[in-house]
Amino acid sequence: MQHRIAVESLSESERSMATAIEACVHCGFCLPACPTYLELGEEMDSPRGRIFLIKEVLEGELSTDAAAAYVDRCLGCLGCVTACPSGVEYDALITLYRARAERTRKRSIASTILRAMLLHTLPYPFRFRWALRFSMCLRPLLRWMPGRFGALTQLVPQQIPSAVELPEFMTAEAPQRGRVAMLSGCAQQVLAPEINMATMRVLAVNGIEVVVPPEQVCCGALAAHTGAMQDARRLATKNIEVFPRDVDAVITNAAGCGSGLKEYPMWLRGESRAASAFASRALDVSEYLCDIGIKDPPDWEGTLRVAYHDACHLVHGQQVRNSPRDLLRRIPGVQLVEIPESDLCCGSAGTYSLEQPELAHNLGERKAKAILSTEPDVVVMGNIGCMTQVDVHLRHLASSLRVRHTVELLDAAYRGTLSEMKGA
Amino acid sequence: MADSFYRALCSIYPKERVFWKAAEILPYESDGLTAFRAKPKGVVLPLSADEVVKTVSLCSAENVPFLARGSGTSLSGGAVPVEDGLVIAMNRLDRILDYVPDERRMVVEPGVINAKISTHCESDGLYYAPDPSSGPVCTIGGNVAFNSGGAHCLKYGMTSNHVLGLKIVLPTGEIQELGGSSLEHCGPDLTGMFVGSEGLFGIALEITVRLLPKPESFFTVIAAYSSLAEAGHAVSLLVASGLLPGALEIMDALTMEAAHAAVGAEYPEGAAAVLIVELEGLSEEVEAEKPLLLSLLEQSGSFDIRPAKNTEERMTIWKGRKSAFSAAGRLSPDFIVQDGVVPRSKLGEALEEITAISERHGIRVANVFHAGDGNLHPLILYDGRIEGSYEKAEQCAAEILRLCIALGGSITGEHGVGLEKLSYLSEMYGPEDTQFMHRLRDAVDPKRLSNRGKMLASSEAPALMTPGLHPLEKEGIIFRN
Repeated sequence: MQHRIAVESLSESERSMATAIEACVHCGFCLPACPTYLELGEEMDSPRGRIFLIKEVLEGELSTDAAAAYVDRCLGCLGCVTACPSGVEYDALITLYRARAERTRKRSIASTILRAMLLHTLPYPFRFRWALRFSMCLRPLLRWMPGRFGALTQLVPQQIPSAVELPEFMTAEAPQRGRVAMLSGCAQQVLAPEINMATMRVLAVNGIEVVVPPEQVCCGALAAHTGAMQDARRLATKNIEVFPRDVDAVITNAAGCGSGLKEYPMWLRGESRAASAFASRALDVSEYLCDIGIKDPPDWEGTLRVAYHDACHLVHGQQVRNSPRDLLRRIPGVQLVEIPESDLCCGSAGTYSLEQPELAHNLGERKAKAILSTEPDVVVMGNIGCMTQVDVHLRHLASSLRVRHTVELLDAAYRGTLSEMKGA
Repeated sequence: MADSFYRALCSIYPKERVFWKAAEILPYESDGLTAFRAKPKGVVLPLSADEVVKTVSLCSAENVPFLARGSGTSLSGGAVPVEDGLVIAMNRLDRILDYVPDERRMVVEPGVINAKISTHCESDGLYYAPDPSSGPVCTIGGNVAFNSGGAHCLKYGMTSNHVLGLKIVLPTGEIQELGGSSLEHCGPDLTGMFVGSEGLFGIALEITVRLLPKPESFFTVIAAYSSLAEAGHAVSLLVASGLLPGALEIMDALTMEAAHAAVGAEYPEGAAAVLIVELEGLSEEVEAEKPLLLSLLEQSGSFDIRPAKNTEERMTIWKGRKSAFSAAGRLSPDFIVQDGVVPRSKLGEALEEITAISERHGIRVANVFHAGDGNLHPLILYDGRIEGSYEKAEQCAAEILRLCIALGGSITGEHGVGLEKLSYLSEMYGPEDTQFMHRLRDAVDPKRLSNRGKMLASSEAPALMTPGLHPLEKEGIIFRN
């Protein structure tokens, strides 16, 4: 698409925005892949519509604030990136644009407070844990709060698992086949610490030594995707510094974080040479396990009907579609079923469920219904955000279906506890 | 006036479905062809046929021109708004109203996505045959307006061959039913008149489509050639043999490069062009035709013949073919896609001439097209940032269209005239013919409100009949970016 953006006024990293706009031919193939377009049916709430609006803002034809509502409604699920035949790098476009827009846009007081609250708690496990405890006490009050603050109650779990001190190191079972470093994540370590433990055990069983660098910080994805690019860059730089380089891979088990690590070169363009090397080592745990080839889990007499949910930042953000499925198929007794509309976002999308509660609710319900239509014994996915959202909406529909992480199921298979995976 | 019109719309719609602010209407300024833009007065998003009828009646009373828009995928500028008119976004009228598998028909609202029709009846072994490349995106209402085709129209015909009946709202606000629920009906074929009228005769509210039983068996082959013209001659040879494949397509080297980058489709190395041939039908029929097809391909000089070994390989071939236009964004920042038709016997000749035109102008032209029905889709690649490059590309496109006319073909096979080919209509038809079209249109839409300025624009916008900048463009009111 033609544009009249004064490219020389953009920084080196921001120029990818112009490149993305040029690549868009406005063909509309992104429309059916976009959750907000499917829900609202409005051109400005479609990827190509947003690209158009961003172009107009960058050309100076439209104010940042006028376009904000539609850009904000983008989940950043990247379904459009998979659908786009023209190779538009919408991921870079939306992230860099949000960072740029944040500098000039006017936010309401409520939106400013909520954003600051999220950015100052979620990435820090200690603060997040206390924030959750505090919110649990306030739950009866929060429920009566309007809109976004009311939506907070949805995220607050019924109970918080007790804190787990992650070991900094786990030795591999012989014979050792490799050595990796693990990103422990922030919200996940508070909400579901067993996922990290399961990841380490599964890797160890498969002959992989795992280190968990204690100085590591939040991956920065949350900050980057909400336009707080300075924070994101700071966090990325710190991680690049503290993660060891003599490992085969940097393993993530949350899709959003993995996608974030892989975006480091885009965030730090022109600032860090090490970013590309670091990003090239980043791998989702399912991808890594598939690459090295896993040990056969022991035989099991039972059967388990497993619905696999594609987290957007795995399937669209990292193009990881088959690896988790291949791993699950290796588990004896597992019957894998496909969820209808599997390419569609569940509405979690980082902090989206708090910022756009209504749309997030509709998408969450749509996803929960799609999952239930497959009548599974358990639903499995690879992202803590999706797990929380799907769990909330399954409970809304009065379902007792359990949500598990892919590695939890694998871990249970190796430990012979698969029968515990079904119900509560 | 604008305010009273806005207020009147707000009495039909809740405010959230009337778009009036810049950010709300800017994204509606273009369709699948970004070379044209126009600024509408506003956009409405109806959820029921009743709202559409009330809107059209209001436009008629207030003399406001309007455009019905589906997914906005037109490649001829057909869904570009009427300047200062109203856009009626039909995409949320997307219900399936009636489905009678025993009688192989379905009644749908115009906002239903083309591919959804086939998905809906799949389990009964039925499908909807016309398959434009934008099938997963485009709406059936847009298909009706532009009489859309697709790769498999060679065997099954265009949209007009699959629409049995219509309920429409005329530009005056009256409701009219055309055709019926079966192929046989008495009187003139008014459904046929409406299909392909590019929105000039009003808006379809309900569309009765014909469904076909899914072919039992497919045989899909890619045949490689060392020149484009050679592939063109192969098509003439196949057609002359009496074989009627389901689809017969050509892609050239540039298009293969783009499709490979977009969806990873693999093509024979060193091929200047490939022919995609698909036999389909009863298993016995396909088995009987296979040897004939393979021997004809060999005879035509193909140096590599690759049949698809399974459904997955077949789907990859089609994914590559159908992503070709959109994937052209990987080859060039801008392109014009043409849609001329030549008699199939002159395909080789036409392709040689297109190559010559491309070389003469020093402009890259990628070719991907429905060869079986002689429907060419040259993609004329240019970089709009370079001064004068659009004009050069347009000139190149004009020469190709004139070549099609001279060879006894047509300026459009399936994309429609829209805005893009306005100036060529009079080169294809004599003054009496176009006059008749105008009289017909005036009888249906005396105020010329419905999609004003498309297809038949000569009398209200004579300047659009000549190439070069339109006076409104010079004024900065409409843009070609």
